[in-house]
Amino acid sequence: MKKLIAVTALLALTTLASAQTKTTITVGVFPDLDSVVKAALPGFYKLYPNVTVKINSKAYPDHHTALATALSTGKGANDVEAVDFGYVAKFAEGSGLVDISKAPYNAGALRSQFVAYTFPQAMTQDGRMVGMPTDIGPGSMFYRTDMLKKAGVTPAELNRSWESYITAGRKIKAANPGAFLLPDASQAAQIILRSGLKSGEGLFFDKSNKLLVSPTNPRFVRAFTVAKQIRDAGLDAKAGAAFSPEWTTAFQKGNLATEFSGAWLVGHMQNWLAKDYSGKWAAANLPGGSFASYGGSFYAIPAQSQNKAEAWALIQYLTTNRDQQILAFRTTGAFPALKAAQNAPLFNEGVPYLAGQKARLQWRDAATKIKPIDVNRQDPVAEQIVNDAISNMLTSNQSVQDALTQAQRLIERRVR
Amino acid sequence: MQAPLTHRPTLSLAARWNNFQRRYAPYLFISPFFILFAAFGLFPILFSLYLSFQDWQPTTGLGSMKFVGWRNYTDNLTDPTFWQSLKNTLILAVESGIPQHLIAIPLAIAIHTSLRRIQNLVTAVYFLPYITSIVAISVIFFTLFSWQYGAINAALNALHTVPVIGPLFPAEKVNWLGDPGAVQPAIATVIIWRYTGWNTLLYLAGLQAIPRELYEAAQIDGANRWQQFRFITLPLLRPTMFMAVTLSLIGGFQLFEEPFILTNGSGGPGQTGLTTVMYMYRTYTAYSDAGLAAAMVWLLFLVIGVLTLLNNRIFGRSGLAGRD
Repeated sequence: MKKLIAVTALLALTTLASAQTKTTITVGVFPDLDSVVKAALPGFYKLYPNVTVKINSKAYPDHHTALATALSTGKGANDVEAVDFGYVAKFAEGSGLVDISKAPYNAGALRSQFVAYTFPQAMTQDGRMVGMPTDIGPGSMFYRTDMLKKAGVTPAELNRSWESYITAGRKIKAANPGAFLLPDASQAAQIILRSGLKSGEGLFFDKSNKLLVSPTNPRFVRAFTVAKQIRDAGLDAKAGAAFSPEWTTAFQKGNLATEFSGAWLVGHMQNWLAKDYSGKWAAANLPGGSFASYGGSFYAIPAQSQNKAEAWALIQYLTTNRDQQILAFRTTGAFPALKAAQNAPLFNEGVPYLAGQKARLQWRDAATKIKPIDVNRQDPVAEQIVNDAISNMLTSNQSVQDALTQAQRLIERRVR
Repeated sequence: MQAPLTHRPTLSLAARWNNFQRRYAPYLFISPFFILFAAFGLFPILFSLYLSFQDWQPTTGLGSMKFVGWRNYTDNLTDPTFWQSLKNTLILAVESGIPQHLIAIPLAIAIHTSLRRIQNLVTAVYFLPYITSIVAISVIFFTLFSWQYGAINAALNALHTVPVIGPLFPAEKVNWLGDPGAVQPAIATVIIWRYTGWNTLLYLAGLQAIPRELYEAAQIDGANRWQQFRFITLPLLRPTMFMAVTLSLIGGFQLFEEPFILTNGSGGPGQTGLTTVMYMYRTYTAYSDAGLAAAMVWLLFLVIGVLTLLNNRIFGRSGLAGRD
């Protein structure tokens, strides 16, 4: 009997030992971030030969749905989970994701190495941090140089202020029959809403959870007013959201004079969206001295992970390793969140699609000027209602004041 | 000596196996249905009922549910967006439901009476939209409905230039998916296009079940075509009509895919394309409010239940009995 126990113990020990020599961790990602992780693995294995990484890549919405299910049932999450900016606030609730600001992770100590606005994006109201930033989307205005030339408009006229944007837009539209100044008037509202925030303000709520949406809040009034002016002047293509069919067609037909988006849009433009217009597009800052962020990705560790140490090692490698961040930029154009990576020689190179313009330097500069925005757990509700309010106002005769009063009432009723 | 009567004789292994087979095997064989039904039918229904009385954000884990009584129901019933979504659903159900039947019945009769030879082919053609992938459908209709580049607007504008009938058609391009007044007709068109074939098939089956002798007898009695239709076809088709209308009613109130895809999930301009099921989906996914969404499902269930009952009262009794 004794002998049997000894043998069992020995067997158990050896299996444990062999398990310790090689740990497999899983990473849940979506395209194109999966190619970034894939490209990172050879370098990571050199530092951590005892870790094997398995990539589970799903389509963008499926990935986030699967993660939501895994968090709600407490089963099935990967050791490392990529989370897109739009989903961070949602997944930050509860205790499904590890608070990496605490030991042994102490992510707070890394804060100064990153673009300033990224850390607050991944932090909850009570100060927990649920994701490490990896890439960012500094906002940029893209414009058609040939259309501006035809209208005799300079880029500076276009982005000096929102008023001059509209004035220049009328000229551009008049000189280029069939063209539109921008895909949708609501885009201007989105930028104005996201810039000029007072400190301690979130997009829709302040620090003490007070609703900011109201017919007397200057930021909202201005955002709604400018959008309405653009629509009333007949300058937009009424294309709705980006990547809608109307938006895509307008792009492909070369009917858009400007577009606001993240720096990452160039990748889409050169690959499929506006292939035929290479060299005719250029980048400038957003109008009116606005600086806004268009997306970005984070890596999180689910609380249910059994390999948190290895998961954190991989996340650190992906986010804090300069070479890796540069490699990611080279692989998919994922703009580095790590400041050290923004000194790479690559940034001084011209972007061929933008006729050799050194746009990356401009984007890098824009990124430093984007202000952090506090997140609130009711943001998704408020955002939907405000977006609906903008759309309602633009497609009816509703006044700015009425639209905002109605939105305020709807959000107040819904927040509980 | 004989064994006492209470003592049961020991059965052979084969007999026991036989016995087991007779008594339990049937249960084993029908169990897959019950297991699947319990897991994917009964459990979600009961769970959603339970959820409708809880305050729960799914991503916070199962442990964080909180009982809130009827609050989810009262919150929904006082939510203007919920009522708007219900109104949208009702309008879409009527706009898309009635034309489906008004087209399908004459179509089925035409196929049944005059196109007998190519009946299968014609039916297949009409049925095709019903089984086509909704994604493929939406891509095509997006292109057709496109404000600037769409074929529908191009056709309407071309018709506008035709003399005499020209003024009937709009001179300006209609922003089908971007104008609050045009979204509902656009969505309804897609639904009509998709489900008319399905209804045609139902009516065709109903027509084929009417005995030919009745028509022969009527002909001998001197009934003309219209009288045959009025006094034989229509009354005997009523049970089919009742079933088809009931299916349309239930389907209409569960509208999701077509409006969701055609409005990019946004509900469209002015939210006129937001159906109740879409709003429920938004409440669950975007707002992460599972309890509120579950309560909405049960409220919708109630509405469908009442309307089906009404349909049954008004149309069903006589319809099912086949009386006129």
